Amino acid sequence: MDSRQTIRSFILKNFLFTDDASALADDAALIRGGIVDSTGVLELIEFLEERYAIRVAPEEMIPAHFDSIDAIDAFVARKRQA
Amino acid sequence: MSALTYDVLDIDYAGEADRIAERLREITARTLHRRGLVVAISGGIDSSCSLALAVRALGPQRVHALILPERDSSDDSAVRAGILADHLGVRTETVDIAPALAAIGCYSARDDAVRRALPDYGEGWRFKIVIDGGIEGRINQFRLVAEDPAGATHDVALGLSEYLQIVAATNFKQRIRKTLEYYHADRLNYGVVGTPNRLEYDQGFFVKNGDGAADVKPIAHLYKSQVYGMARFLGLPERVCAAIPTTDTYSLAQGQDEFYFALPYRAMDLALWALNHGRPASELATALDIDVTRAEAVYEDIRNKRRTTAYLHRSAVLVDPAPERERSA
Repeated sequence: MDSRQTIRSFILKNFLFTDDASALADDAALIRGGIVDSTGVLELIEFLEERYAIRVAPEEMIPAHFDSIDAIDAFVARKRQA
Repeated sequence: MSALTYDVLDIDYAGEADRIAERLREITARTLHRRGLVVAISGGIDSSCSLALAVRALGPQRVHALILPERDSSDDSAVRAGILADHLGVRTETVDIAPALAAIGCYSARDDAVRRALPDYGEGWRFKIVIDGGIEGRINQFRLVAEDPAGATHDVALGLSEYLQIVAATNFKQRIRKTLEYYHADRLNYGVVGTPNRLEYDQGFFVKNGDGAADVKPIAHLYKSQVYGMARFLGLPERVCAAIPTTDTYSLAQGQDEFYFALPYRAMDLALWALNHGRPASELATALDIDVTRAEAVYEDIRNKRRTTAYLHRSAVLVDPAPERERSA
């Protein structure tokens, strides 16, 4: 499973209680769209930190990095390259 | 339109006190069908003002005041509450809720979570939770600030599960208090007064089914500075009027603004008023002498808190509506 699929699967299972990938587009707004709230973002960050052995710095904890599967995947890719 | 200043929060306190008292009489008699009101008082400005308004509405003999301290309550809170109750001439009962909280696991569950973040934490330490990030446009993060018995400060990041457990455990305090309030309300056939001001009510600064639960909330439409103004108009004792708002929930003193609000309460009042009245962020920036970007962030923080705390205000959600029930409410 590539990182995009892993992230999508986590969000679908953890926030929407489904495996149905059609329930969420990769560019759907997660925070602005009311799917993930601020506590949910912290859960998501904990998942990403553990799964990808990365550390999200406080200044990186901005909604733009986590507001869609696309954005999260791009953010994780940048962190893994760093 | 006139310039935005603190004057917009000025109200006719005499007229407003009479209006609230009249509404409290009507609500208690005709909506709640109860014979009086129970008010738990902390010595803080909101519960003090609510008690005084309940007494103004129904007279001291139909109001039952409760003082419900626990281990982390400041001693001064109970003293102020006692002074207020004497001043108003109401029946007061003090119940130390610490044994109930200990029995239900409030302190041990909380301390277990604190120790996961700060292994040295133990007897003689004090702590509080600090939330930051939201006003800078970041996701809110939680920190634990603790003071060891020697007076040294420790400041550590708090993981989500530790944060949630500390909050869940401390929420027992508000919920046990509410259990006692309803015991006395049921016993006396009284209603329970909730004491949030407008800032707390609007921004969801309460515990669901804890201090958020009540039959009537007489000052939920008043901005915090108006509550202070009302307290002074009602002639409440100086020690009550001068009390600094704290959460009185954690062992280390914690201002409400550092825990929850982006700005000190007077500035928050003005920001909330300005947002409610459609005033642009630039006007708020001028009034508070802050830059426009920060004023916009304050507006966004207010909107964000409304969204994220909608759950706290919501009643249980039904799969299908029950309109016949709603009609008889």
